[in-house]
Amino acid sequence: MLKTLEVVLIPVGAIILSLLLFAIFIALMGHEVSDVFYSLYRGAFGTWFSWQNTLIGAAPLMLTALCTALPARIGFIVIGGEGAVVVGGLCSALVGLALAGITAWLALPIMLAIGFIFGGLWIMFIGYLRHYRGVNETISSLLLNYIAIAILSFLIFGPLRDPSTLNKPSTFAIDETFLIGNMGETFIHWGFAYGVVFCLIYWFLLHKTTYGFSVDVSGGNVKAAQISGLPVPKLILSTFFLGGAAAGLAGALEVVAVHGRANSSLAAGYGYEGILIAFIARHNPLAIIPVAILLGGIKAGNGLVQRADDLPDATGLVLQGIIFVVILASESLYGRFKIFQPKESRE
Amino acid sequence: MTAEDIGLWSVLISVLGGAVRVGTPFLFVSLGECLTERSGRINLGLEGNLVLGAMTGYAVAYFTNSAWLGVFSAGCTGAILGMIHALLCQNPRVNHIAVGIALMIFGIGLAFFLGKPFIQPQAPRLPALELGFWSDSPVIRAALEINVLFIIGAMLAPAMWWFFHNARWGLMVRTVGESDDAALAMGININRVRLFATMAGGFLAGVGGSFLSLYYPGSWNEGLSSGQGLMAVALVIFARWNPIYCLFASLLFGGAAALGPALQSVGVTWGYYLFNAAPYFLTLIIMIFTSSSNRLLPGLPASLGGVQSK
Repeated sequence: MLKTLEVVLIPVGAIILSLLLFAIFIALMGHEVSDVFYSLYRGAFGTWFSWQNTLIGAAPLMLTALCTALPARIGFIVIGGEGAVVVGGLCSALVGLALAGITAWLALPIMLAIGFIFGGLWIMFIGYLRHYRGVNETISSLLLNYIAIAILSFLIFGPLRDPSTLNKPSTFAIDETFLIGNMGETFIHWGFAYGVVFCLIYWFLLHKTTYGFSVDVSGGNVKAAQISGLPVPKLILSTFFLGGAAAGLAGALEVVAVHGRANSSLAAGYGYEGILIAFIARHNPLAIIPVAILLGGIKAGNGLVQRADDLPDATGLVLQGIIFVVILASESLYGRFKIFQPKESRE
Repeated sequence: MTAEDIGLWSVLISVLGGAVRVGTPFLFVSLGECLTERSGRINLGLEGNLVLGAMTGYAVAYFTNSAWLGVFSAGCTGAILGMIHALLCQNPRVNHIAVGIALMIFGIGLAFFLGKPFIQPQAPRLPALELGFWSDSPVIRAALEINVLFIIGAMLAPAMWWFFHNARWGLMVRTVGESDDAALAMGININRVRLFATMAGGFLAGVGGSFLSLYYPGSWNEGLSSGQGLMAVALVIFARWNPIYCLFASLLFGGAAALGPALQSVGVTWGYYLFNAAPYFLTLIIMIFTSSSNRLLPGLPASLGGVQSK
């Protein structure tokens, strides 16, 4: 109970502190603090319209956060979500183009599955290199981001380019019937539901099954895991696959729900934002949902701040940066406050 | 000489010139990252230092009319970001990779926020040495325009190598990077060494940013950096944590980035983006062949092993 309180109160305190720092920054820049905060709130959570924008923004972030969270559970820092999004989106768009003409009920699941599988294989390759060749996973995943983006650029500027896309080179558009559409009466696309569902599934997998327990044991102590007979290589490869698959699915969803084709918008930074969300959520898939929504809110609120208060576009980035830095720094506070410790362990 | 020969020569020369021009920011961020990593920390946020440095350098040069004052203040903002990184990471359980990314977002955000008014005006540029004065060909003249900052960076690389191997402080940085225990036994203040190494590394990355805005491309806008700061980490691995190799690696990465446009100018458009990715691909291949599951990468500071091996 006290532990739960600690896990909630420290991040909340950190967010309050970062809002204070942001307020000081805004005041120093000569803007009215209350106006900016009001616009930010209204643009993010003030109306149903802004809530919808917030949730759309959160959709890909939940999935890319899983790409860092899963391998982190077994002790590896993967920052390759950006590449997995690109690969997943690209592969699913290519399959979508090849399937033109068949019924959408069949095409859509295939496209999503392709994104899921290829994103997973992309990151699993990093796990393979890590385990069997000792290649540092953080660095190889960073390099693979650039390689993925280069392949995408090569294809959309070259062989796969739709000549009519002049300003923003893209592949040809996929069949319109393949687009996934929005949830009910809202304009939130189904990607949001996928994000929430996958966070829940992965949470269940990690916290309620023997698989999750084995992952945590291997993450805590590889030697102990090996001695107790856990299949460590399989566990490593599978967490990398599941993480990458989530990011690949995010890419596929961007194609079928937002752009209708593959283009450079796939590399919009969702992968990098996902890394931070995973760290702030302490690699717990359930905690990823609210953190992603918070970040989606900042991004949605930023638009209104820009229009209503005449602040630069980058205001949201500054706020994001402050919040992330402060929350990450607050990691060191866990266990420091005596009131959060159970009575028995107090001295 | 046939027309084809001239085409080939001009490609070669523009790649060489481009390697120096595009490679200079690479050189500074990689030297900065090299220094930081040698002390046992990875700062993944140098992209933030680079962009904030580019903006600060441009703004200060515009107000003071002195490009060099711009370079210096760009370095100082980079050092401040480095200081924040080091001070946060010395606390328990604070992850240096994540803090790097967070500071990168913060630095870029701050640069875009404060840099809005400087997109239009013209600031003074950094001077360059015209080493192509002997030639009539405009291609050669353009290619041999070497910026002073590049020369400073090129001299800094062997100086840093010397520093690591001969200077007392350099040995301290290496000790901290290799083994906490050894450093403690020698009575070295680990956190202070890492603080200085990260600040100095951040300073260099900021200077690299000022090159972007004050020389090439030579103005401030939000699309100025194409991720040179993020690449610093890859460059340093490619260079095996050796400052002199950082110089060669920067020229190679710069040359690879210049190859695409140079080929395009003579009509070869195929594969432009694949050439851009060649350095990453090469780095990955080299890592795959030099790593092994039972030993660390050669040259890797052992403290970074916390990231390297579980």
